[in-house]
Amino acid sequence: MLNIVNKSPLDRGSLDSCLQAADGGAILLIEDGVYGATKGSVGEAKLKAAGGKFKLYALGADAEARGIADRMMDGVTLVDYGGFVDLVAEYKTCQSWL
Amino acid sequence: MTIKKFMFVNRKAPYGTVYALESLEVVLIAAAFEQDVSLAFLDDGVYQLKKGHSTKGIEMKAFEKTYGALEDYDVTKLYVDEESLAARGLTTDDLCVPVEVMSRAKLGKMIEDQDVVLSF
Amino acid sequence: MKFSILVNEGPYTHQASDTAYQFAKAVLAKGHEIFRIFFYHDGVNNATRLTTPPQDDRNIVNRWSKLAEEHKLDMVVCVAAAQRRGIVDEGEAKRNGKDATNLAPGFRISGLGQLVEAGIQSDRLVTFGD
Repeated sequence: MLNIVNKSPLDRGSLDSCLQAADGGAILLIEDGVYGATKGSVGEAKLKAAGGKFKLYALGADAEARGIADRMMDGVTLVDYGGFVDLVAEYKTCQSWL
Repeated sequence: MTIKKFMFVNRKAPYGTVYALESLEVVLIAAAFEQDVSLAFLDDGVYQLKKGHSTKGIEMKAFEKTYGALEDYDVTKLYVDEESLAARGLTTDDLCVPVEVMSRAKLGKMIEDQDVVLSF
Repeated sequence: MKFSILVNEGPYTHQASDTAYQFAKAVLAKGHEIFRIFFYHDGVNNATRLTTPPQDDRNIVNRWSKLAEEHKLDMVVCVAAAQRRGIVDEGEAKRNGKDATNLAPGFRISGLGQLVEAGIQSDRLVTFGD
């Protein structure tokens, strides 16, 4: 499944809930969710602790908008909106963790 | 008509926002379309099922009864995350309808198995 | 592939409507089809033609209307949510005794059945919300 997370992990528990419940697949961070993948952050620690259970992506346009595209953690692939579409097409279902 | 597995994921408490109420309205329509409907409650979504909603003081429409009426629409698959219940000091005795409680991991697998996942 | 999109939030307050729009454009650019875009909860506020955002910022309502026109999209606003929030077309004005309408071009008001149908008929349904 494609799990879409749009909120920062220190603002909402959605990333936590996603990491605990989701059965693998991919996580795409969009909107404020991209903060979850910044180096040295609590989000990075949580994503690393998931230990490769998920393929990790972040929407590049959202990271750039927030001035954090240069400090995304290793292991997260930045995608554009076209890449977002491809991810939705690739996975049979998607869930938005709002 | 094609029958798809529709899962409604409820993660927000009632009344503080409109999502709980308005998502129930979609559930009823999906049931009327004879789809295979199930509801998942996790995080603060479990509070939606807490019995004893009494909304006179806040002058909002109470909708606890609607959960009870789901059965009449053949919507009986209500899944609740046990960790979310425990974290909130709730047990199934506190809930207004019969539910199936399961681990977060098992709930995640159920969600994975759906055709359409709607989040509110 | 057939995509449908659910927009749960109104313009400007949340990024949901913006992301949904960019996603919709990308779906079309990739050669896929959009079966329906459904606006629910405060998402119905994307359909009022009475907004006047600042000139130097995006006009969210107008660009939805333009996208719908260019690509013949079906953009549906939930009637119950619209009634609650005052998004009104001619039919709703007559039915509910309102003295004005405000539905923007490219949108139509209809029931939640349209959302369920979108789920049934589409290969993918993506939700954008808060």
